[in-house]
Amino acid sequence: MSFPFYVNPEQMSQDKAEFARKGIARGKSIVALEYDQGVVMVAENPTRLHKTGEVYDRISFAGVGKFSEFDRLRKMGVQWADVEGYRYSRDDVRGKALANVYSQVLGEEFSRSMKPFEVEIVVAEVGDPELLGHEGNSLFKIGFDGTVQDQMGFCVIGGSEGNLQSHIESNFRKELPLADALRLGRDALQRAENGSPDLPPSSLEVCVLDRSLLGRKFKRLTQDEITSLLG
Amino acid sequence: MRFWDGYKGSSFMELLDLDFPQLKPELGAWFASTGELPPTAHGTTCIALRWAEGALVAGDRLATMGYQVASRDIEKVYATDAYSLMAIAGAAGPAIEMARLLGIQFEHHEKIEGEPLELEGKANTLASLIKQNLPAAMQGLAVVPLFAGYDRRRRTGRVWKYEITGGRYEEQEFDSVGSGSIFAKESLKKSFSTSATREQAIQMALLALTDAADEDRGTGGVDLQRAIYPRLKLVSAAGIEDVADDEVGQVYQEILANRRRPGA
Repeated sequence: MSFPFYVNPEQMSQDKAEFARKGIARGKSIVALEYDQGVVMVAENPTRLHKTGEVYDRISFAGVGKFSEFDRLRKMGVQWADVEGYRYSRDDVRGKALANVYSQVLGEEFSRSMKPFEVEIVVAEVGDPELLGHEGNSLFKIGFDGTVQDQMGFCVIGGSEGNLQSHIESNFRKELPLADALRLGRDALQRAENGSPDLPPSSLEVCVLDRSLLGRKFKRLTQDEITSLLG
Repeated sequence: MRFWDGYKGSSFMELLDLDFPQLKPELGAWFASTGELPPTAHGTTCIALRWAEGALVAGDRLATMGYQVASRDIEKVYATDAYSLMAIAGAAGPAIEMARLLGIQFEHHEKIEGEPLELEGKANTLASLIKQNLPAAMQGLAVVPLFAGYDRRRRTGRVWKYEITGGRYEEQEFDSVGSGSIFAKESLKKSFSTSATREQAIQMALLALTDAADEDRGTGGVDLQRAIYPRLKLVSAAGIEDVADDEVGQVYQEILANRRRPGA
């Protein structure tokens, strides 16, 4: 009769975390920032495979790391949101609840499976001063092990997070116009260790949650819109 | 977690079927077991037509329950996404549910795949929903919708009608469903022109609905006392436009003026 080898759980968690961090660090970063009309997400992505996406009326998603993994998470979020909205009402689909779902899934996978997810994701939700109790925007950052952070103002995921974080921290202020927020996002991405120092509009993927839009607030900006905003 | 190891395709209906069967409306099974139909609300006359720049869908606002009024201001014309419209006649409950499901289905597909369905694909999706409703239709809860939209690939408006088996037929000019549809079609036959402008399309549609309300007791016309007007929606390359009640009211006054008896 054979016994499985004893593995120290602390050691195993550390190994898994290190593995996940390495995978995430290989990818490009994404920045999400609040601006005067909502939330903007800026990613360095010259390809047509999207890293950001619409989840529901007021909720968007961004992921870094392994494409197959974060894209599956994005689709899972869309499924969750559409079922919740069908079961209850469109107003009952909330970003915080989605962040919790992601946290559960990632947390469970981290402790149960041999290979953890090599992803970091952001769930953004645009608020509205007219909506009692939902006035403010939310940015939730969910890590590969299921940790959730409720971030204020802006949020960075992926690669060389530290550089970007400090750049935005010293230049961010509330109620930025979209053009300024987008420029700040791009400038931050240009500081990434694995990024390029001069990002043309064609290598940017930008989407917004704009509270002035009717119905669904998510919008992907076109090349022309990005170019004219960057000026 | 169910979502994680569950269905991986792009259809919201299949997602419900496979992972959330308790949320699927199963009217057919219920009626098969009870064998009798309680009184339910039915929607009456709807029309859809093509005009120069797209399509128009319109419906009156009355729902009846046998010989009684179930609702005076029901909505029968629904925008199912940014370029498609659906109008419902028949059993109001399942029809409204169908319009809601259809809207979610289109949006779900667009979000999962990153691209919206083509108009033809949308029309087929509705056909499969109607087919699924066949058991309930056989019990008297038929849903007979009209579907219209702007086909961005072909740059034209398109109109479809359906039958309870899920049969789907594209119409080149116009069609109407519901209790007053014979009269609406007769009216449209005389006024119709594919090259109609926006204003002419609105006139044709309102004239047809007025004629239907004139001849069919189940169809509601314009209710001036309560200011309830038929619902008209246009779809074109620019998206969907709701025709404002004021404009509908104005066109209606012109129709009335032409029909006033001398001395009245």
